[in-house]
Amino acid sequence: MKPALSVIFFTVSSGAGLGLAVWLLAMQLAGRVDASNRQFWLAFAVAALLVTAGLISSTLHLANPRNAWRAFSRFRSSWLSREGVLAVALYPIAALHAWLSFRQSDAARVTGLLLIVLSLSTVVCTAMIYACLKTVPRWRTWHTPVSYLLYALAGGGLIWIAVSAFGGASLAGTGLVLWLAGAAALVKLLYFAKFSQRVHATLNQALAVPETAPAGRMQGKVRLLDAGHSRGTFLTDEFGFVLARSRARTLRLAMFVLTLPVPLVLLMVGSAGQGGAVPIAAAVLCFLGGVLLERWLFFAQAEHVVRLYHGQQRV
Amino acid sequence: MKLGLVIDLDVCVGCHACATACKEWNGESLMAGGAPDYDPQGAEPSGVWFNRVRHYEVGDYPANKTLNVPMSCMHCEDADCVTVCPTGASYKRAEDGIVLIDPEKCMGCNYCAWACPYGARELDRNEGVMRKCTLCVDRIYDQALPIAERQPACVLACPSHARHFGDFDDPASAVSTLSRERDGQPLFEKLGYRPVNRYLPPREPAQVPAPTDLAPRGSLQSKLAAMVNRLIQL
Repeated sequence: MKPALSVIFFTVSSGAGLGLAVWLLAMQLAGRVDASNRQFWLAFAVAALLVTAGLISSTLHLANPRNAWRAFSRFRSSWLSREGVLAVALYPIAALHAWLSFRQSDAARVTGLLLIVLSLSTVVCTAMIYACLKTVPRWRTWHTPVSYLLYALAGGGLIWIAVSAFGGASLAGTGLVLWLAGAAALVKLLYFAKFSQRVHATLNQALAVPETAPAGRMQGKVRLLDAGHSRGTFLTDEFGFVLARSRARTLRLAMFVLTLPVPLVLLMVGSAGQGGAVPIAAAVLCFLGGVLLERWLFFAQAEHVVRLYHGQQRV
Repeated sequence: MKLGLVIDLDVCVGCHACATACKEWNGESLMAGGAPDYDPQGAEPSGVWFNRVRHYEVGDYPANKTLNVPMSCMHCEDADCVTVCPTGASYKRAEDGIVLIDPEKCMGCNYCAWACPYGARELDRNEGVMRKCTLCVDRIYDQALPIAERQPACVLACPSHARHFGDFDDPASAVSTLSRERDGQPLFEKLGYRPVNRYLPPREPAQVPAPTDLAPRGSLQSKLAAMVNRLIQL
C-alpha cells in the first residue's frame, strides 16, 4: 500500500494522545495527581493537541473533504465511521471532565472512567480500520489492534513521564512504560516472523484457475503477460508500492532501536536525575520517531491482493 | 433480481472492446458520473476505467494457453466496499443487487477501493470521488431504448459474444443456464465476498506435440527442415 504520510501521522499522533489521556486519567483515579497539580493541565493540553492534530491530519488524504461530516453516519457497519464518532465524542466528555476535576467534584471519577474506556476504544477502532480488510492479509491479524494499543499506551506513558519531569514531579510508571514498549516490540517480532513469507493467496486462486485438476479442465500455473495499461493507474499508484528488502531490514532495525533500547537508556539517565527533563524529552522524541517508522512499514509492506492481478504470484 | 455478467474466457480474444465501449458510454453518462482521462494525448496517459482487461498465460509450453480476463465490478452479495464506507455513499440496491456510489455523499477516502480485491473501484482525481461499474444502470432500464439494447455497453460491444448480462436469480435466464452448464466460476471465492459475476473456464488447450516429436533426428523431414532453416538465415 502507498504509505500516505497524513494517515501515518494520524495514527501515531492520535494514538500517543489517547495513550497519554489513559495515563493521566488512571493516575487521577488512583489519586496520584489532581487538578491542583500543574502536570495535570499540561498533560491534558498535550493529549488534546496530539489527538486534534491527528484528526486534522486524517482529513488531509480525503479527495473530497467537503463530505467529511458524513463519515459519522455509518458507525453501525464501518470501523472508519466508528473511529470518527468515538474520537469526536471524546471532546465534550473531556471538557466536562476538566470542569468537574477543576471543581474537585466526585463525579469526575465517572467521567474519567468513561474517558479511559472511550480512549482505548478509539485506538482499537483506528486499528480495526485496517485489521478488518480481508484484502490485506498482513493487516487482518490480531497483531494489528494489539500493537496499536501497546504503542499508544507506551508512547502516552513516555509523554506522561516527560510531563511529570517538566512539572518537577516524581517519575512514576517508568517500569510499566518499558514493559509496554518491550511487549510492543515482541508483538512486532511475532508479526514479522508470521509474515516473513507470502502464503495467503495466489494468482491462481485470484483467477479461479486450479494448478492441477482432472483432465479436461483448464489447469496450470498462471503468469501475467500484459496488465493492459501502458502507464500507472489508480490501482498501481495505490497498491503497487514496493519496498526493497534490504531497506526494509534497515528500517526495521532502526524501528526496534528507537522504540526500545534508546528510550530505555535515556529513561535510566533521566531517572538518575541527570540532565533534568532533557533525556526524558529525547526519549519521547526517539520513541515517537520509532513508532512513525513502525507505522510507515505497516503501510509500505502491506500487500493488497489486487497485486495478484497485476502479476505478483503470492501475497 | 440478482443482475450480473457471465464472461466466457474460452472465447474472449482480449481485444479491449468492452473496456473502450465502457469508457465511451460512461464518459458521457450522468449516472456513472464519468470516467475521466488524465493526459490522454500526452507522454503518460492514464485515467479511470470501470473495466480492465489483463492477459495471462496458463500452463507450460506446449500445454499452455493465453487467458484474457476482463474485470469489472462483481456486484458482490457480501460487498465489503459497502460495509466499510463511512459516509453511506456506497450502496447495494435491494431490488437488483447493483452496487453503486452516490457521488454527492462520497468524501474520496479510498477506503472502499482498499476493501475491493478486484480493483473495481478507481478514484476520479478531478471530482475527488470514487467511480465504478454501474452495470450500465442508465441503459438497462431505459424504456426509450429497443429491448435488445437494454444491456450494458460492454456486453453489446463484445465482438466474440464473450459477455452475457442477465438475472442470476432466474434459473431459466441465459446467464444462469450458461453458468450452470459451463461450470461458471466466481473469482477469488476464498475471500468470501460472494461475487455475482461468473467466468466460464476455457477448454483445456489442444495437446500440440512438441517439435522434437514431429520429426525424428536424421529423417528426411528433419533434414529438409534444417535445409529450409539454413536458407532462411542466408
